[in-house]
Formats: sequence, structure tokens, C-alpha cells
Amino acid sequence: MIDMSPNLVLVVTIGVLFAAGVYLLLERSLSRVLIGVILVGNGANLLFLVAGGAAGRPPIVGSGQGPMSDPLPQAMVLTAIVITLGMTAFLLALAYRSWQLNRHDEVQDDVEDRRIARLAGRDERATTDSDTEGFGESLDDEAAEARDEADRGSA
Amino acid sequence: MLLLLTVQVIAALVAPVLVRLMGRKAFWVLALAPASAAVWALSWTSAVQRGDGPTESVEWIPSLGIELTFRLDTLSWFMTLIVGGVGALVLVYCSAYFTTTASGLARFAAVFVAFEGAMLGLVTADDMLMLFVFWELTTVTSYLLIGHYAERKASRRAAMQAIVITTAGGLAMLVGILLLGEAAGTYRLSEVIARPPPGMTVAIVCLLAGAITKSALIPFHFWLPAAMAAPTPVSAYLHAAAMVKAGVYLVARFAPAYSSDPTWHGIVVVLGCGTMLLGGYRALRQHDLKLVLAFGTVSQLGLIILLVGLGTRAAALAGLALLGAHAMFKAALFLVVGVVDAATGTRDLRRLSGVGRTLPLTALAGALATASMIGLIPFAGYVAKESALESLHDDPVTLTAVAVGSVLTVAYGLRLWWGAFATKRAVAPAGVDTDTSLGDAAHADADPAPITHPSLLLVWPAMILGVLGLAVALLPQLGEHLLLPYADTYPSGEAGHLVLWAGITPTFLLTLAILFSGALLFVVRDRVERWQSDLYHGPDADRLYRRFMRRLDDVAADVTAVTQRGSLPIYLGLILVVFVLAVGGPLLTQTTLARHYIPWDDPAQVVFAAAAIASALLVTRARRRLKAVILLGVGGYAMAGLYLLHGAPDLALTQVLVETVTLVVFVLVLRRLPPYFSDRPLVASRWLRLALGLAVGLVVAGVALVAPGARTHLPVSADFADEAVTWGGGKNIVNVTLVDIRAWDTMGEISVLLVAATGVASLVFLSRRTGAIFRAQDAQRDRAVWGGSSDPMAALRLPAAGSTQGDASGISGSVPSSQARGREWLQAGRTLAPQRRSVIFEVVVRLLFHTMIVYSVFLLFSGHNAPGGGFAAGLVTGIALIVRYLAGGRYELGEAAPVQAGLLLGVGLFLSAGVGVVALVAGGSVLESWIWDLHLPVVGDLHLVTSLFFDLGVYLVVVGLVLDILRSLGAEIDRRAETGEDPVGAGASERIAASKADA
Repeated sequence: MIDMSPNLVLVVTIGVLFAAGVYLLLERSLSRVLIGVILVGNGANLLFLVAGGAAGRPPIVGSGQGPMSDPLPQAMVLTAIVITLGMTAFLLALAYRSWQLNRHDEVQDDVEDRRIARLAGRDERATTDSDTEGFGESLDDEAAEARDEADRGSA
Repeated sequence: MLLLLTVQVIAALVAPVLVRLMGRKAFWVLALAPASAAVWALSWTSAVQRGDGPTESVEWIPSLGIELTFRLDTLSWFMTLIVGGVGALVLVYCSAYFTTTASGLARFAAVFVAFEGAMLGLVTADDMLMLFVFWELTTVTSYLLIGHYAERKASRRAAMQAIVITTAGGLAMLVGILLLGEAAGTYRLSEVIARPPPGMTVAIVCLLAGAITKSALIPFHFWLPAAMAAPTPVSAYLHAAAMVKAGVYLVARFAPAYSSDPTWHGIVVVLGCGTMLLGGYRALRQHDLKLVLAFGTVSQLGLIILLVGLGTRAAALAGLALLGAHAMFKAALFLVVGVVDAATGTRDLRRLSGVGRTLPLTALAGALATASMIGLIPFAGYVAKESALESLHDDPVTLTAVAVGSVLTVAYGLRLWWGAFATKRAVAPAGVDTDTSLGDAAHADADPAPITHPSLLLVWPAMILGVLGLAVALLPQLGEHLLLPYADTYPSGEAGHLVLWAGITPTFLLTLAILFSGALLFVVRDRVERWQSDLYHGPDADRLYRRFMRRLDDVAADVTAVTQRGSLPIYLGLILVVFVLAVGGPLLTQTTLARHYIPWDDPAQVVFAAAAIASALLVTRARRRLKAVILLGVGGYAMAGLYLLHGAPDLALTQVLVETVTLVVFVLVLRRLPPYFSDRPLVASRWLRLALGLAVGLVVAGVALVAPGARTHLPVSADFADEAVTWGGGKNIVNVTLVDIRAWDTMGEISVLLVAATGVASLVFLSRRTGAIFRAQDAQRDRAVWGGSSDPMAALRLPAAGSTQGDASGISGSVPSSQARGREWLQAGRTLAPQRRSVIFEVVVRLLFHTMIVYSVFLLFSGHNAPGGGFAAGLVTGIALIVRYLAGGRYELGEAAPVQAGLLLGVGLFLSAGVGVVALVAGGSVLESWIWDLHLPVVGDLHLVTSLFFDLGVYLVVVGLVLDILRSLGAEIDRRAETGEDPVGAGASERIAASKADA
């Protein structure tokens, strides 16, 4: 079995990256949220490597002697790094759009959710369905109006 | 049986075509489908009688143990006869009932036949899950049929009510079926009934919930009268003969196994009797003939379920007989009411008079059916009810309830026939208030509703059913003989009998008393009606149901209001708290720490870790955006160092490149954002965030401590080294993993990149995928790139030949001429505002760009054996483009990469996927690598692996991503800033909303 002793320096780094990342993640400013996401992402990448095993020589066949580091987490982390780039760009585009519309990049509360909460607080309806409400007509009145398209035959 | 069901499905499918081709005559053809079912059932009569009816079984979903199993025993045979026989008659009736121009007839025909098919499946299925499937199919088709006149509010409401109630019951039934099936170890209905698992009270209640809702027992009876909004043939078939009998069928199916259970017994007796009495009582008050029938049906369904569910053989036999009799007389009565409705244009019994005289045959059919309903000798109803009263003789309470219910039945039965056909002295013309018309002699000669003569074809189905009700009563022994095998499946009670004349017995005297009391009640009907309307009654079930649904909406809104706060920090906070608790808890209680630790693998790790930690901490405190981003970059480069020391050169390379691109992207957008983060005055929330951050950090650090030691197996990557060389043909295991061993993952990941790039472009360009490619010759001469700001050094700069003097924002270059062009380091350099140009930068870029491209190609090709690969190569090319853009502006970018980013992304993904398909075509599995070793002259030996093309696809996608970012967040934002297009000010959002509304 390969050596699995945890590397304390890396463990501390992971903890700090996550703590700082989460602290920023809970902010309102989208750019701070994004920075938080990137920090958390860095921490997660490092966690992958640590969980994959101890350090070793590069996973390239013929690169030397000694134990090789685990290539599988590396492959996963590699794509994660590039995808983080894609996400960074996307969130920044969102921030730009937010600036275009509102002149800031604060993440606002969802307007529709707030409206529903407000209405519920006042015990008001968000919608009225006239099909299922309306207590006016009795069964008899309704039946009197319900006519089939029947062939009435000759007089 | 599968064949029979297939016939029904085909009939349902061709029904719309037939109706369009043949008009309403198509119903004749369609009637053949249910008729074939009835004939088929008849042909098996003697075999079923002997107890060896046909069975069929086809495996459907073997992994779930669901089979298409069908079986024809006495109960199924009987139900098939009813469903098929009545179905055929009603379809024939339809062919004359609807006008030729009636709307939605094609859909109606299709749904009607589909319903009939589902009903057939329901009564013959021998797999409980199939039973449920057919059950729900009847629910859905009945929803469509009740809501046939979808433009009417009453129809929609009735349909909705019916489907909500019956589906709720159906779901409860599914729970019951699953409980039962799991306990019994099989879903085969016949096996469960033969060896019922004991102690299944919950399952029984669930099953009965399904039956009660479907068969409209209290407290769910109200959907049935409301469903009278359906066309009359639908009422005749679904709400008299077929669908409402599904609940009866379910009870009859499970009664032999579970009727001895006290819960079952209690529910069946209380609800059966209660429904019977309530339905009869309400039927006495209705003015609409269909409503009278509907409440009558509710009442009768209560009685039938009571009888089949009671658990004695005699009662079961009586129940089954009543089931058949009811199907005949109630369907006939609905059909007759349909005729009256068609002839007079009303179903209000206060407005009908003299119909019997004008339509004697219809009145006769109605009389036959009514006689059967009220239990007049010698009709089927009489035989069934006699047998029922006989079977209850040792249960005085139930007997009393049934007797009272029968009195009500006699009263509303007579009132119905009288209302429909009698010539009344006091019938007011339409529109006059009821109270004055009742018994008011002044209106004795008032006009009744005018009567026409509908087609005689409408009378025959009802007449056949009515006569049949008489005929089977004259041969009661035959009925007893045919139905007895079913009654014999009940474990208790002595055998019952069906007889027409048993002499003057107490039961016969009781029947006489019932008939007499009922007739009396009919005679005093006006007083009964008035008494009923005077009597206070609280909100009826329908109203309670609506109130309940309204309350449900309110609760849903409240729950939404509590859980959907619309605040991102709250959502994220909740997720993180759950994470801390769910991971942290087990971490503390269920894990053990590793035995020994190492402080570091390499002392240099401390340096990089310190840099990463410091930058992370400083970032949280930064108030300036740019500072935060630069600190983030420092942390990112430190990460690269950590990767390298861990033995991951590919990661380090990628991290450095990505960090560089990220920095540029941030700066491109930060140009637009305010320089400082906005102040968050809530100090309390900051402490909260800090606490949560620390908690998450600690938990993850704990995971990092424990995870390496928690490994119990060799890593899957243990064999990757050999596989990479043998199958992937490469030495760089990480790269081979990406493009070969786990190529599917990579494919998904580059798809994500493609989506992200498209998202970025869409967010900026909004209505277009992307903008135009800016080429140097398109540059507008009066507007320089990145101009606009003041240019204090303009005075020091030599004015270029041909340009306007001292124009700070003008273009310094002249008209492009061949000589001028030769002097430019970058083709589009002259499109920049002069104060933005840097000769040193331009020269360096000119020298570096091609070197970088060559280097990226080298990385791409060498990646298979050394650090590099498509991702790194794409990023290097992307950085080369960034450098060109930064040095020469957006026109320079267009010169450097005169292609659309979307094209690169698409080609890239296509190449990656294409390689997989090629491998498939070549006979391997998808994305398998193929290696060719070619010997070419001059070049030498070429080691070609197909996964190189996959990597090429990755490369193109990454380049496309970077290009998309530059085009949208770089070039397009530049362009907008120069043209003043970026909406500025508080009114921007309104303007955009308005333009959206216009679109």
C-alpha cells in the first residue's frame, strides 16, 4: 500500500482556503462571491491531491525512480482548473450585466420570491383561479347550463 | 387478451381519422371494439365457469418484476361483459346523439375508446402494478371526457375535481399495492389473494382509499354529481356502468382475502351504508334529471360496495348481481335522459311535461329501467335486492340501513320517471320561479318545453338494456350458476341464491313495505323537497373540498415564503450549515485519525503554502477590487508551486496559464465596476459569515486529515501507467487519462466550457451569439480605440503626417499605404489612441506572438509524452491572443484571429466526438485510441495516435473560450464605451425592460 500519511502543511492550507472562500461566498457583491468561489475551488483541488495520496515523482512513464503521484486526481483537477476559468468568465459576464442594468454588482434578493413572501405574510393570494373558486353557482344552476351538442331530431 | 387490448388501442388511434372520414357514423365502426371484448368474454363462458379461464403473461420490466399478466376469472369475465356490452351500446347511441357538426367529436371518440380499453385492461390485469397503471389510465381518460366541453368553466372544474380526488386515492392505492406486494413477495394478484399476507391493516386502508375515491363513496362522493358536466353518453358509460365500478371491482377483488379484517369491515359497512343513505336523500331534492341519477348512482354504489365487501358468500352473490343490474338500468336511464334532453332541450323536471305521450317508446325503456332500479318484480333489480336483503337477515342494523336506502331509491326512482315523462298539470314556462309554480293552478295551461322527435336509434340501446334487465331476472338460476364461482371464493358464509319467487317470506314482505313506503314518499315529494331545503345543512362536501384546496394553496404559499427567501447568502448559508453538520458530525464520531503525520513532503511547500494562506487572508480584507484580484492571482501562482512540488507538473502548468487568463478577464470587467467593494454595514452578519467560514474550513481540514487514511482499496489508477503506454500510446499518464482512459469525462468538461463561453457571449451580446470580427481596415478613423481620456502628453508627440493636428482622440496613423504598413509593428496598432500605444510592447508582442503559437503547438503534440496537452496548448494560444489584444486593441485581435469563436468551439467539440465515432466505426469502443506507426520519408517515423485529434478538439475549445471572452468582455465592451452605447444611469433597467416588452 502506498504511503498515506497526511501532509500537515497542505491540510492547513486547505482549511484556510475554504474558510476564506466561504467567508467571501456569503457576501452580496458578485465579484467577492466569485473570488470566494475561486478560493474554495483552489482548496478543493488541493484536497483532491491530498486525498489521492502522498507526493511523488510526476506521473510520466520513465521520469525517474521512486513512487509516482496518483495521476487520476490530477486529471480531474486539471479539468476543474480550466472549468473554473470558464465559470469565472461567466460570472464576470453576469457582473458586467448587473452593472449595465443596476450600476453595481450586488446580488439582489429574488423579486418574485419576495413578492410571494410579502403576499403570504398578508394572507393575500398570488393568483386567483376562477375555475376552482367562486362559490356562487349551485350544482343545479351549473347543470341547467350544461348542454350537450345533441341532435334534436325532427319536430 | 393482449391481442384484445391491442385492438382497443388501435381503435382508439384510428378513431380520429375515422370520425373525420365518416362523421358520426364512425361510432358504428368503433362500437365493434368493445363488442369484440364482450363476444370474446362470452366465448370463454364455459371455460371460466369451470375455473380454467385464459391467462397470459409477457415480461415487461423483468428487473422490476413487472409483467403484463392477464387472467379471466368469473369476476373479470363479468366485468368484461359489462364494459364491452354497455360500451358498444353507448357508442352506437353516440352515432345518433351528437349533431353532425358537434365540436371535438374526433377527440371524444378516441378518448372514449381509449377509456374502454383501459377499463378492459383494469378488470383483466393479474399484476397489481398493471392494475394500477390501467387504473390511472381510466382516471386520465375520464378527466378528458368530463372536461370534453373545455370552454365551460363547470366542465373544467368538474374534470379537475375528479382527477384530483381519484388520483389522490390512486396514489394511496399504489402505496397499498406496494406494501402488499412486498409483504407477499409477488405482485401477481391471484397469488396475493390466494395467500394473503396477514396483518396488512395499513395496506387495506390504502387500497380502500383508492376504491372509495374512484367509486364516489362519502366523503368523496361529490365529484360524481359535478362530473355530470360531461356529455350524457359519458355519464351513462363512465359514471354508471364502467369507471365508478372500478372501485367496486377492487373491493370485490380483495374482499375474499381481507373482508374478515375488522378495519376493512368497519370502513365498508359505515361508508357503504352512509353513502347509500346520503345519495338517496340528496337525489330526492334534485331538479336536474342527470343529477337525480348521479346521486342515485352514489347511493347504489354505496350499497354494492357494502354487499361485495361484507365478506359473506350470499352478500357477495347479491352484490355481483346488483352490479350487473345496476350497470344495465343506470346506463339505460342515462341514455333515456339523454333522449329527453335532446327532444326538449332541458333536463329540468319542473319544465318537462307530456314527454311520455310524445315519445312512448322512450318512456317504455325508461319505465323498464326504473322498474329494475326500484326493485319491482320481475326485474333484475328485484332479484338482486331480494337476495341482498336475504343475505343481511342476521344483521339488523345494516339491514335497516339498506331498507331505508331502498325506500329512498323507490322514491327518487318514481320521481325520476314521473319528472321525465309524466304530463303535469302545473308546469310553468321557463324562467318562472319554482316556488310559485309548484301546485299553482294559475299556470296549469302554461307551455311546457317544446318536444321534438330525436332519432329512434337513441331509444334502442336503452330498450335493449331494459329488456335485458327483465330477461335475466326471468332466468335467475342461470345468473346464479354463472356468478357462483366468484361467491365461492369467499371464505365464510353460506351460499346465497338468486331466485325470482321464493314464496311469501319475511324478505318479500319487507320488499313490499319498501315499495309502499317509497311510493308514499314519492306522493308527498313536494313536502319532502320543501322540508329538505328548509332543513339547515352545513357546508356540503363540495364546498369543504374547495375550502380545503384553497387552504392548501395558502399553506403552499406560506411554505414557499418561509423556505424561498430569495436571498443567495441565506441559501448558501443553509447548504453550508447542512454540510458542516452532516460531514462534521460523522467526522468527529466515526473516524479515527491517521497514525502518523508528516509536516511536509518538501520544505519548499511551506513557502508556497504560506503565500497561498497569506493571499487568501488578505483577499478577505481587501476593499479595493483590483487589490483583491491581484492577491487572488498571487495565491493562484502559489497553488501552481504546490502542485509542482506534489508531483503534478501538468497541473502546475495549467494553473499558471489559467491564473494569467483569469487575471486578464477580471481586469477587463473590473474596468466597468466601481473600484471599491460596496460597504456592508451589517457587522453582525460578518461575524456570522466568519463563524461559518471557520466551521467549514475546520470540517474540510478534518476531511483532508482523515481521507488519505480512509482508503481501503488500491487506487484505480494503479494500472494506469501500463494502460497508458499499451493502449493509449503515451507516456504522460495524466494526458492519456484525459484523452483516452477517461475521455468521456473530458468530453463532458469541454462541453461545459462551450456552454460557459456561449453564456459569456450571450450575456454581453444579449440578442446575438456574437458580434462582428473587427478587422483593421474597418476601423473608423474618427474614433480611436481606448481614446476618450485626456492626453497630457499629446503636445510632446510628433503629429503624424496626414492626421489632424493636436486631435487627442484622433487616429495618429495615416491612410494605410503599403509604405506605412511596412513600418507598423502591429497591423492594427494605428487604430489605437496615440496615448495608448507603446512601441516597446508592440515590438515585444510582434516578436513573441508567433513563438508562443509555435510553443503551443509543441505543447499540443508533446502532451502525450511530456507535460502539456490540449488544455495547456489552448491556454498558451489564448494568452498569445490576449497579448495581441492588449497591445493592439480589438482590431488587432481581429487580425490575430479572424474567426468566430463559435466556429472554434463547434469544430473542437465535433473533432473530439468525431474521434470517438471513428473508433466505433473502426470496430473498437467509443473513444478508444488507435495507434499508427508510419514511416514517412524525410520526417522519419511518425507515431500517430487518434487521441491526438481528441486533444486537438480540446485545444480548439479552449482557444474558443478565450476568444469568446476577449470578443465579448474585451472588444465589445471597448466598442460600447467608445460609442456611448452602454446604458448609463438609474433608468437603464426600465429602458431595457421596456425594449423587451416591445419585442
